[in-house]
Amino acid sequence: MNDFVGTRDLIKLYARRDRVKLPVGLLIMVGIVASSVTGFAKLYTTAKERTDFANGVNGNAAQLFMYGPVVRTDAAGGLVAWRTAALGGLIIGLISLFTVIRHSRGEEETGRAELIRAGVVGPRAQLAAAVAVAVVGNVVTALYLALTMGFQGLPWGGSIALALGLGATGCVFAGIGAIAAQLTESARAARGIASAVVGAAFLLRALGDAGKHDLSWVVWLSPIGWTERLHPFADERWWVLLLAAATTALLTAAAFALNARRDLGAGLLPDRPGPATAAPGLRTPLALAWRLHRPALLGWSAGFLVVGAVTGGAGKSIGDQIDSSSALKEVFENLGGHGDLVDAYLATAMGTLGLLAAAYAVQAALRPYQEETAGRAEPVLATRTSRIEWAVSHLVFALLGPAVALAVGGLAAGLVYGASTHGIGHEVPRLLGAALVQLPAAWILAALTTALFGLAPRAVQAAWGALVVFLLLGQLGGAFGWNQKLLDVSPFTHIPRIPAASLSATPLLVLVLVAAALTAAGLAGFRRRAVGS
Amino acid sequence: MTSAISASGLVKTFGGTRALDGLDLSVASGEVHGFLGPNGAGKSTTIRVLLGMLRADAGEVRLLGGDPWRDTADLHARLAYVPGDVTLWPNLSGGEAIDLLGRLRGGVDRRRRDELVERFELDPKKKGRAYSKGNRQKVALVAAFASDVELLLLDEPTSGLDPLMEAVFQDLVAQERERGRTVLLSSHILGEVEALCDRVTIIRKGRAVESGTLSELRHLSRTSVSAELVAAPDGLAGLPTVHDLRVEGTRVRFDVDTAELNAVLAHLTGIGVRGLTCQPPTLEELFLRHYQGDGDQADGAVASAPAPRSGAAR
Repeated sequence: MNDFVGTRDLIKLYARRDRVKLPVGLLIMVGIVASSVTGFAKLYTTAKERTDFANGVNGNAAQLFMYGPVVRTDAAGGLVAWRTAALGGLIIGLISLFTVIRHSRGEEETGRAELIRAGVVGPRAQLAAAVAVAVVGNVVTALYLALTMGFQGLPWGGSIALALGLGATGCVFAGIGAIAAQLTESARAARGIASAVVGAAFLLRALGDAGKHDLSWVVWLSPIGWTERLHPFADERWWVLLLAAATTALLTAAAFALNARRDLGAGLLPDRPGPATAAPGLRTPLALAWRLHRPALLGWSAGFLVVGAVTGGAGKSIGDQIDSSSALKEVFENLGGHGDLVDAYLATAMGTLGLLAAAYAVQAALRPYQEETAGRAEPVLATRTSRIEWAVSHLVFALLGPAVALAVGGLAAGLVYGASTHGIGHEVPRLLGAALVQLPAAWILAALTTALFGLAPRAVQAAWGALVVFLLLGQLGGAFGWNQKLLDVSPFTHIPRIPAASLSATPLLVLVLVAAALTAAGLAGFRRRAVGS
Repeated sequence: MTSAISASGLVKTFGGTRALDGLDLSVASGEVHGFLGPNGAGKSTTIRVLLGMLRADAGEVRLLGGDPWRDTADLHARLAYVPGDVTLWPNLSGGEAIDLLGRLRGGVDRRRRDELVERFELDPKKKGRAYSKGNRQKVALVAAFASDVELLLLDEPTSGLDPLMEAVFQDLVAQERERGRTVLLSSHILGEVEALCDRVTIIRKGRAVESGTLSELRHLSRTSVSAELVAAPDGLAGLPTVHDLRVEGTRVRFDVDTAELNAVLAHLTGIGVRGLTCQPPTLEELFLRHYQGDGDQADGAVASAPAPRSGAAR
């Protein structure tokens, strides 16, 4: 066990470094679950109301795509499990993998790991401590979730099942994070790989739930789908937790095996030498920014291509499913007809693209802050490059990067859906528009990040917090009838639901103006403040 | 002689810490100026004020005739900067970083750049994340020396360089001086400063405590004297300029303010001298006096901690 000497001390260190991040993550998870419990209790008071609502959900492809089916239709717990399983799994998965990568690859990249490893610390201790902190974090979160739901009056068995299901999903993605951390030399790339796995898991579950019945086995491929298949509040299948535990163990063991095969600081994917001299074009701040943003732009665009194609492909299957069931068809005709339902699904899917684009916008807009704190801004700003020129060179990618990604996603969705319904000429412009209409909301996030960067650089990570708040307002606030003034805080509230609704230019224009004002304030602040690491 | 850098009364506070506390600095055009001080004395803060990265809370600062905060980009076209801790872009090669920084500054002399890469024995093909500290430092040095600028701001530029590369660096600074360039060199390596610098400013706790040529600084501080006298000394302890007096029979050792050396020697010869060793302070002693002493007085009257002495007779 010499390989693990010092793990306990490192766990303490990592827990202390995460003393804000982990409680915030826990609070978000408890908030999602607790607000769902109170929301459904208020909305549907009788079993009949709940069943009617659940039947509507189970026939609505957009809902199935986003959240999955309601398994227990007559009880409040069933609705809570439906609403929180996929969304909660997505969030706890991201928190877990970020935690593991931050303390493993992140430490190696900054060189702190070397300092620690030179002490009486076993070669596997850092990875072990990173995984342990994430797993303990998930267990504690599950405990709080179970207590919250139990004391809110839900049956204890179901509460514990749902809480453990979410915690177990977090643990599986901690394992994914541990593997990704072994692959690349940069923590940023590792986060990209692991986040892509989370996105793929969400997408697989969405496809399995929303597509034709013979596709439903696909849900089993996704750790995010396991919570749903655990059937919380409906004759729980506890053995699904064993599946998650075994997967976590397997992934972690694989990560340790990879970790033992490589040098400290090295990745498994090798680094190639670069050119001895710079290409003639590398002579402006914008050219530098292009080099720095290019990998992210390509990665996000590839991701949007896949998500767009998959959501477009699911459109046909969703239409077929509605048409094949005369009973469902009748329900939907009353709700607005087949065409409208597929459009509602497409609008929801494009809204999801908008949230992803906003995440990309925040990531890209944070880049100048990271350059500054790493000490790479100073050498550039000590040349003829002005501060504004430098900041704008990054801003270009924070604004246009999400535009490119959304266009790729919309085009892919339009091409695939159009091809399956023999209407490419009709669907491509429609879905391209539906994707691009999300852009002003993504720009608000880029602008907010820029404003924080210029005016309050220490608080710049709060941009991620704003994105999470907007996400929750959209996912929970709308469903539970929160105060409209509160919902209006989120830019996504104001995005027209194209193609289900018609385009209205005014809210988009207002969003663009707000984004412009925030950006201008941020740039003005950056010009005046101290620059340094 | 015009002034390349003139700063007076600079104040900069970060929260409760006063990083600069009325700092004065004056660097003439064409000189190599040593900038010395213990860790945390405010050297890097000063350089970042000169670069326009930070704005001083109070005081005047002029750089190449301009205001570094307002005329930033114009001034930066005329200077090159090497930070003490160079970080490079992980996915750019060293060669790319050199060319980029040079071009952003206004252009690189291709031949000189290649020559410098060779002299520093740098592999320009490696990616930024693969370089050791010394090699990252070389990348920044090549980029700075390859550009045609009037002023070099070097913030502990040789930390991490091996002695061979240190020699290359000293050679290059000497060349820059011959070409009439101005250099502000913040450093901890005293040999480097003694070899290169025309004038020196020592700062401590955000203030310049001494500034001048090395011989001026020596003049301001104490010479250590050790003498074998004819008779036991008398009255020496009463002289206000004599410090740390130790008497063993007819042997005396003491430090004396260099400006008052003549009067004290006259007193000694009055007693009768059999042997005498005078040793001017080394640069190291000058520093240690300022680095260690608590509540140093500007007139240098009290140094609470005795400076270590090398052998008295040389």
